[in-house]
Amino acid sequence: MTLLQSFQMAISNILARKVRSLLTMLGIIIGVVAVIVIIGLGNGMESYMVSSFQSMGTDLLTVNIIGRNSERSITVDEMYELAYDNPDYFTMMSPIVNLGVSVKIHTEKMDATSVTGVGEDYGDMKKFTLRSGRGISYMDIKNRHHVAVIGSYIDDIYFGGYAVGESLRINGQLYEIVGVYEQEADEIDEGNADDAVYIPYSLAVKLTPSNTINSYSFGMVSEDYVKESKQIIDAKLYDVYEDEDAYIIISMSELLGIMSSMIDIMITILAAIAGISLVVGGIGIMNIMLVSVSERTREIGIRKALGAKRRHIMRQFVIEAATTSAIGGIIGIILGYALSNVASQIILIALDTEISVNASPSAAFGAFAISAGIGILFGYLPARKAAMLNPIDALRYE
Amino acid sequence: MTPLIEFRELSKIYIMGDNEVRAVDGISLTIMRGEFVAIVGQSGSGKSTCMNIIGCLDIPTSGSYILDGHDVSKLDDDELAEIRNRMIGFIFQQYNLLPKLSALGNVELPLVYSGLHKSERRTRAAGALEKVGLQDKMENLPSQLSGGQQQRVSIARALASSPSVILADEPTGALDSKTGKEVIELLKKLHAEGNTVVLITHDNAIASQADRIIRLADGQIIYNGKSDLEVL
Ligand SMILES: Nc1ncnc2c1ncn2[C@@H]1O[C@H](COP(=O)(O)OP(=O)(O)OP(=O)(O)O)[C@@H](O)[C@H]1O
Ligand SMILES: [Mg+2]
Repeated sequence: MTLLQSFQMAISNILARKVRSLLTMLGIIIGVVAVIVIIGLGNGMESYMVSSFQSMGTDLLTVNIIGRNSERSITVDEMYELAYDNPDYFTMMSPIVNLGVSVKIHTEKMDATSVTGVGEDYGDMKKFTLRSGRGISYMDIKNRHHVAVIGSYIDDIYFGGYAVGESLRINGQLYEIVGVYEQEADEIDEGNADDAVYIPYSLAVKLTPSNTINSYSFGMVSEDYVKESKQIIDAKLYDVYEDEDAYIIISMSELLGIMSSMIDIMITILAAIAGISLVVGGIGIMNIMLVSVSERTREIGIRKALGAKRRHIMRQFVIEAATTSAIGGIIGIILGYALSNVASQIILIALDTEISVNASPSAAFGAFAISAGIGILFGYLPARKAAMLNPIDALRYE
Repeated sequence: MTPLIEFRELSKIYIMGDNEVRAVDGISLTIMRGEFVAIVGQSGSGKSTCMNIIGCLDIPTSGSYILDGHDVSKLDDDELAEIRNRMIGFIFQQYNLLPKLSALGNVELPLVYSGLHKSERRTRAAGALEKVGLQDKMENLPSQLSGGQQQRVSIARALASSPSVILADEPTGALDSKTGKEVIELLKKLHAEGNTVVLITHDNAIASQADRIIRLADGQIIYNGKSDLEVL
């Protein structure tokens, strides 16, 4: 009795009871579909997140100074020095002054618009491109020129695309618009990344209550040296503040790593929950196999009378269970892929974000292997019951 | 010459609650190679129990069963399966064919478990079916055959593995008298060709076709001798 024969026999038994076999497989099918779609969704979310983080600049380090009750605080020049002294790690640096002030264009007050004081390298660091005009220059900063570079939203909505040369008011002071950045956000919307005004940080700092700069952005040579780069900044800041709680150094790539591993954990948990339905499916298979064993008691008796050993009977039922389960697995994989495509479309339409549900071949293979394994595992008990049947009792069974 | 089948003080006792049933009660008997023996007796006399032990479907409670010189009374399940496969050809009252297999498939079944190759199985099974006159019904399912034809398929199945003994338990029990006679004629023919045949029946007319009769009552032998000498 070869494996191939047992396999053929299993297939013909499955085909002989199509509806029942399909119902038996249902648990496995649902489980496999769920696992594939969930893992696919996780993959999609992760790559969506990676790309959105990358657009925020994974090669940037952001330093926030909290600096409570310290004797002295770090100066802008010291921060610039830190970047210039370590050219192996830093390409550029810019102070960042987030202002809570409102902008007035013509007579209109704009509450959603963000106003940020920046250095001359800020635009390059964020990889902004100019649509028209120029960026903020070193001379603007040094001489505190009242100039501003604006996001595309303001240009489009308030100046019809001809903002350069026009002016706006911040805290009552007049600023000349010298440049416009290209659109950054996917959509045109009030308050988003394009509804922004950038002015020289040297002017911005005067508009803060404390007259201090609390935030800096460092451009790194490579995000491979995040640790080392952070250490350099950390060493300097600790020198000044002698308190590691006085400042925070945030790296986008580290944040991305943390977020990714959080998504991984979440997906693993969800996949495990979906995996429970595989176990339930396995129990379903066990149940039907037990029914099948008692239905086929007489057949088992005949086979044993004719010389089938325990292992022959055992193998026949285990293979039948595994085949049932594996076929369920294959159907599940096909449906899983189909549903992944549908889900991507639904997400695109309903949430307007392009999170594609990437059903991965490794998840599919894993799901298949697990379902076949579950068949063997849950087929074992009924198969053993069949193999242990006493031939006389089995032959007499009606 | 060693007997093919030998029971020595063999008993099979079933415990039912408090009382024990001595289905076979200390029987000794021998059957030689090439004999045609009928085991007869009233219902409940222990015929099927004897047959189960001879056919290695069951083991005795005490005493020993020597099959072709080997004591098989203490073998385990798988060892017994192997002996059944090689040495015993069963013919059952209810035919016991697998309904989803063709006549040929059914006859091939014991050969599958002997590990024969497909082509070898085919030729042997076809040969056995030819011997019972069913060469043109090989692809029929059991449900597409008459009772007599089904029983002949089961005889072919018993023959296919060239067993040492053909064991028939009430082979005519489910057949009308005409087809029953045909089956008995077939068994006689097999015996004439040199096969050892053990026939179990409660029908004296059928039993008298055998060379020797072993009559059981309450698990014991009450007659053992030539079929035409028994005084009833
Ligand atoms: N599994 C069992 N458990 C308990 N008692 C049994 C069992 N099998 C048989 N017996 C008892 O053993 C005795 C002999 O039974 P057996 O089946 O051998 O009779 P038989 O001669 O074949 O009868 P029949 O002609 O009706 O088939 C009977 O009394 C029966 O009740
Ligand atoms: Mg009986």
